[in-house]
This record gives sequence, structure tokens and C-alpha cells, in this order.
Amino acid sequence: MQSRRASRAGALKHSEKITKPSVFVDTHAAASNQEAKSLFAFKTDDDVRKVYLAGREYLNEQGQPYVSPFIGKIKRRLSSDQTLGSPHPSSFGLAEFNHRATEAVLGKKSSAIVENRVLGIQTVGFTGAVRLGAELLRHWYNGDTACQGPVYLSSHCDDSLAGVFQAAGMPDVRQYRYWDAGRRGVCVDGLLQDLETAPERSVVVLSASAHPTGADLSREHWALIARLMMRRQLFPFMLLPVAGLCHGELERDAWPVQYCQSLGMELLCAQSFSHCFGLYGEHVGHLLCVLRQSSVLLAVRSQTERLINALWAQPPVGGARIVATVLSNPAHRAEWQEGVWHMAARCMLVRERLREKLRLLGTPGCWDHLTQQTGPYCCTGLNVEQVEYLSKRKHVYVLPNGCLNVSAVNSCNLDYVTEALHEALSAEPLS
Amino acid sequence: MSIFSEVPQAPPVAVFKLTADFREDSHPQKVNLGVGAYRTDECQPWVLPVVKKVERLIVEDSSLNHEYLPILGLPEFRSASSKVALGDDSPAIKENRVGAVQALGGTGALRIGGEFLRRWYNGTNNTATPIYVSAPTWENHNAVFADAGFKDIRPYHYWDGAKKGLDISGLLDDLEKAPEASVFVLHACAHNPTGTDPTQDEWKQIAEVMKRRNLFVFFDSAYQGFASGSLDKDAWAIRYFVSEGFELFVAQSFSKNFGLYNERVGNLTVVAKDNENLTRILSQMEKIVRTTWSNPPSQGARIVSKTLNCPELFAEWKGNVKTMADRVLLMRDQLKAKLQALGTPGTWDHITQQIGMFSFTGLNPKQVEYMIKEKHVYLMASGRIKCVV
Repeated sequence: MQSRRASRAGALKHSEKITKPSVFVDTHAAASNQEAKSLFAFKTDDDVRKVYLAGREYLNEQGQPYVSPFIGKIKRRLSSDQTLGSPHPSSFGLAEFNHRATEAVLGKKSSAIVENRVLGIQTVGFTGAVRLGAELLRHWYNGDTACQGPVYLSSHCDDSLAGVFQAAGMPDVRQYRYWDAGRRGVCVDGLLQDLETAPERSVVVLSASAHPTGADLSREHWALIARLMMRRQLFPFMLLPVAGLCHGELERDAWPVQYCQSLGMELLCAQSFSHCFGLYGEHVGHLLCVLRQSSVLLAVRSQTERLINALWAQPPVGGARIVATVLSNPAHRAEWQEGVWHMAARCMLVRERLREKLRLLGTPGCWDHLTQQTGPYCCTGLNVEQVEYLSKRKHVYVLPNGCLNVSAVNSCNLDYVTEALHEALSAEPLS
Repeated sequence: MSIFSEVPQAPPVAVFKLTADFREDSHPQKVNLGVGAYRTDECQPWVLPVVKKVERLIVEDSSLNHEYLPILGLPEFRSASSKVALGDDSPAIKENRVGAVQALGGTGALRIGGEFLRRWYNGTNNTATPIYVSAPTWENHNAVFADAGFKDIRPYHYWDGAKKGLDISGLLDDLEKAPEASVFVLHACAHNPTGTDPTQDEWKQIAEVMKRRNLFVFFDSAYQGFASGSLDKDAWAIRYFVSEGFELFVAQSFSKNFGLYNERVGNLTVVAKDNENLTRILSQMEKIVRTTWSNPPSQGARIVSKTLNCPELFAEWKGNVKTMADRVLLMRDQLKAKLQALGTPGTWDHITQQIGMFSFTGLNPKQVEYMIKEKHVYLMASGRIKCVV
């Protein structure tokens, strides 16, 4: 019976192949993104010296994503705790997590929290937070039930960001100048000019810390930018992709968000706890919405819930539970904080070593920015040809825009990496 | 002035509002028959014994890496999940034309499938392509497909209130009249909210019309194993359609049959015409996932994957699922018997004829209100109850 049906099905399929093409015959093969191409090239590279510096995760001295033994202990304890019931499912995720995450960004004494005009939402990772924020803006920004933008992203930002806003239905994505290759820092004049000429009410995406180039805005810069944005009614969407890893403290990294809030601005802020807790697979993200009035909170909350229900219904609890457990217990928090300082400090140490090595090698260019910056990401200033040289000839992989992850450099590969950088910057361009 | 000052309050999600009202009710004998989550005899959520065991194994396993999962999810999870739906010996799997995307629960799977179909099905740009959901259906179906960009969401006849069963002629009629290439969302088993599934003969009739009229099949499979106690039996409709040569999607949820409601474990299985189509489809789905949640969470997928890929654990899981399904069937029997013993007006055969977690009692809104306000028994305004308390 089974084989007769199988052969009948086989015969059916054969005739269908002739008469009916697939309904997906017009589906284009998607071009793979730069990151994927880069990773694929690395994986298929069989040179023993190969080094991958284009990843997002914070790696430890052994080249592994770092998970503190302390977090491992918490995980084991939570998993064997029989008294832990299933939390009541909520689209917004774990309440305790949201409470702590919101406090971490705005500070306990924030007037916005006290005045009950803050919405904190656990999301599926950092991308989920950006996507949800984008959906909220697209549906409800300024009473416009189909806001298409414009959305301004910095130059040299994560290449998936534009895609997220477009997928949410905001196709008008533009760029403002940010990275100044010559000065190896932020091009503040260009930035301010671009924001000055942006249409009123544009959405502006700003890195609160850990910009992919490693170049973060100073407090003076923020004062200028915030004033301009308020004057031109531009809406800030702030990003904290590696909360805590720049200055070793969540609240310090989030200073720009606190500053804008203290000026009375409305804003969205997407953050991720994946890095500072080593919880990459768990995807612990958070979207913060600071409103100008508490009277609109309920309405915004109800509409956000609607959007979440059609995206993922609820976020996964596992990682959020760990974060909430640690952040709400002073002893745990202290122990965890040690680990975060250690990560931030290691980034600084690697930067110092890189700079020193490059100086000793006499590598062309100025490398002060390496130690002026903080956090895991850094723009080397390599151009496209030099990046290609680096991967093809030296088997060292950085992002196509020249940015790299300093935590992926360790005592084993430091010498090789710096020599490779030196060669790439001194070599003739590949023909 | 807030930029959000024009935002209207959205109506609350009915089933969550019901649960919120239930929680505030202080009556000692209150009962919640609303939200679709399995409860034990002590009215507690049940963590499956096999899940507890596997969670411990995972926590002890120091070799597990902690990196982000690939965009499409954990490979072992995806292939094992598709196998559960399509069967170990599925010819489609053997022909290498089955792929999958790990998603955030059944909702996530539906959303990714919907977003893809809206962009890349039957040519490109399907915002105007009609997508049909059953009348009634899980209330979130409408929201998911609307947000995925479909502008024309229509009901197809399903529940016949008079005969308390499937309106098969209405359903077939809707299939005949639907524009070619329309998408139909079918519940693989244990229809939510009616608990009424087509018979095998009725499925065959449905398949015949759908093939003839080139309608696309999108299965929603949230209760595999839970309905009859048998994974294979509950997947019969899906496997039949595959054997008939259909290209189709299956949005699978492991929330109910693994009791993993909070870990958000879902899988979108794609059955394509051939491997070449499959590759292109998955490449576009990857793009869509990348801009939605980037890559999926690992915990729940690891639990399910470990269980499905290990014969002893798989057998243990099937036993746990059967336990839940058996208890539902027992409750249905007892409910019907009690109603009959009390001489309750009306016929109650449909309670035991229906299948799965839910039952359409046939109570009207006024009667439902009486149940909630006077008796503190909470059920949905549609008359839907959860059969296991």
C-alpha cells in the first residue's frame, strides 16, 4: 500500500513538473550580505593563521564568546529551582527585567520613570527592539498611520539597520555624515549640517555608545546635537547594542539617553544585554519608549502590544530571567559587575597593545584613536582594496568598511594581526 | 505635545483580558477556561518530565557554545521538527526539497511565512492577493497577516452553528469561488477554537479543489500530538497534501506539545517543488528573519532538538504528550457525562466529537456572561472553553 501510494505520488509529481511550474519560480535568490560573505570566506579559508575580526560577539582571551562562571552558576540554579513557576505570559516580557533594564538606562531617579511616562519592553534581541521601535514609528509617528520616514542612519553603521526600517515599512532611509576618515573621529560639523538640513520631524538613529567605528560622541557634542534636534523637531532613536562594554557600567554607557531625557525629549532606545551577560543565544533585548506626557502611555502601550502580538507574541523568558535575577540582587550584581569591568578593561588593554605594536612597526597613519575610543569596535581606516588584501593575502578578516572587533585580538594573534595590518597599509593595491 | 498624542487606545486582546479579569476575581471557586494552556488536575501548568530532564542535561553540558545561532536557527532543530510534521520516511525530505526556519513560536512562523508570501509568491508583491482564514479562527491570524502586508483577508466557511460541526459544503464552495492563487490558512488538527476537524474524506475533497484551483496551502500546526495522542495521526492531513504534490508551508508550534510556552519555540517548514526552488526561498526568508529578530533564541530549540534527536528521549516525550492528550479526552468524557446527568438542556455529543484542547459549547453571549458574572467560570464570549482544568 505504502509503495503503491509512493509510486502514484511519484507519477503525479512527474506530470506536475511538466505542466505546473512552482509558484515560487519568480523568487530571486537573495544576494548574501557582506557579513555572510565574509564569514563564509573565513570558514572556507584553510590557512592556519586565519583570524576573524568581523564578528559582533565579545570574545575572551581564548577567542571564545565570554560566559562568566558566575552566570553559569545562576543558570544552573535557576534551572533546578522547582519553586519557579511559569511566569504569566505577557507580550511585554518579564516585568522585573523591564523594570531593571529601564532603570539601567534612565537611572533610578529619572523624572520620566517617576512621572510614569516610560514604557519598557523586553524584545527578541537588539534587532527585535529596533524592529519594534520602527513598527511603532511607522504606525503611529505624529498621527501618521503610514509614516514612511525619513529615517537617518549614520555613515558606517551596521548594514542591517536600513533593512530593518525598510522591512517595517519605512523605505525612506538616508544617511548623515559621522565617521571622518581623515581625522579618525566623528565628523561633527558634517553631522550637524546634515541634521540641520533634514526635513523637520525626521527620525534620527544615534549610537549612545559603541558605534561600529568606535568613535562615540562626547558630552559637548551631545549638547549641540540635542539642542539642534529639539529646535528642528527631529526624533531620536538611540542605540545601545553592547550596553556596558564601553565604560564598564550600564548607566555610564547610557548617559546620552539620560541627558536627552533630562531635556524633556521624547525618544526610543534599543539595547541588548547579550554581550555584558554572555547570553548571545538567549537574545535579551529591550526597547525603551520615553513619552512627553503620561496621558498617552496607555494608548501607546496598547498599540505596542498589538504590534508585538503579530510579530512574536511574547519574547522568550530564559535570558531575561537571568538578567533580572542578577540585577535585582545587590550581591549578584556586584559579582556580575566585576565581570563587565573586566571585559571593558580588556578591550582597552587590547587597544593599547594594538596601538603600541603599530607604532613600533612604523605603520603609516595615526593610531591615537585606538586608545581614545572605548568598547569593542574600531574603524581601522583601511579602504576597500586594503581590506581585500588583508583577507586574501593575509587571511585576516575585517568588515568591508574597515571596522573590526578588538576583543577578537588576543596574545596569540596580536603579532600576526598587526603585521598584517601594517602590510596592508603599506602594500601596493591589488591589481 | 507628545508625537504620540493622536494614538488611539487599542482594544484589549480578548483572551488576555479574560485572564486578567479572572485573576482579579476573589471568588474561591473561580475557574479559567479561557487561555489555551494545559493545566494539571491541580490547575497548575505542567512542565513535562522529559523537558526537566533535558534542561538539566543542557545546563550541565559545558561543550555547548554560547554564540548566536545562525539566522535560520539551530540546524538539528529545524530538520528534526520538519520530520515530526512530515514523517521520517517522507518522500519530500528524501528528495531534498524540504527546508525550515526556526521561529519565535507559531506566531513567528506564521509571520515569517506571511511576510515571504506577500513578497515572493506567485510573481512578486502580493499585497492584494486574498488570504483566507477559517470562520472562526484563532483571533491572532488576522493581525499577523494584516501586519505582514496582506490587504485582503477573507473568511472561509467553517463552523456550522446549527449542526455544531464542520460546514464542509460551505468550505468547498469558498474554495471553488476563491480567486486562483489565493492563500488558505488550514488548521492541521484540533481546530482552534471549534475543536472540529475535517474527516480524512473531507480533507481529500478539500485537497482536490485546492489543487484544481491552484490555491496555496499554509498549515497552522500548533497541536500535533495533543489532539489524538498520536503524532502521526495528527499530521495525517499535512502528509496527505505533501503526497499529493502540493508546495506548502507548515507553521509549527512546540508551545503546547512541549509545554514550552515561554521559550517561544516554533518552526516554519517549507515543502518546495525541488531543491533549487527551496534554496531561493530560504535565501529570501533569511533576509526577512534578519530584519525581524536577526537570529532566533537558542534555549527552547536546544531542548526540543535534543529530545527529538535522541530515540529514548523522543519516546519519553511521546509518552508525555499522550498523557496530556489522554487527560483532555478524559475531561471531555466527564464533562459530557456530567452535563447529561444534570439533564442540561441541549445535546452534548459535540463535546466528545470535537478534538483537541478547545470545545465550542454553543453557549450564546448572554449565557457566557452569566457563567462569568454569576458563576465565576471564565470562558470566551464565543462559547469556546478549554477542556482541561
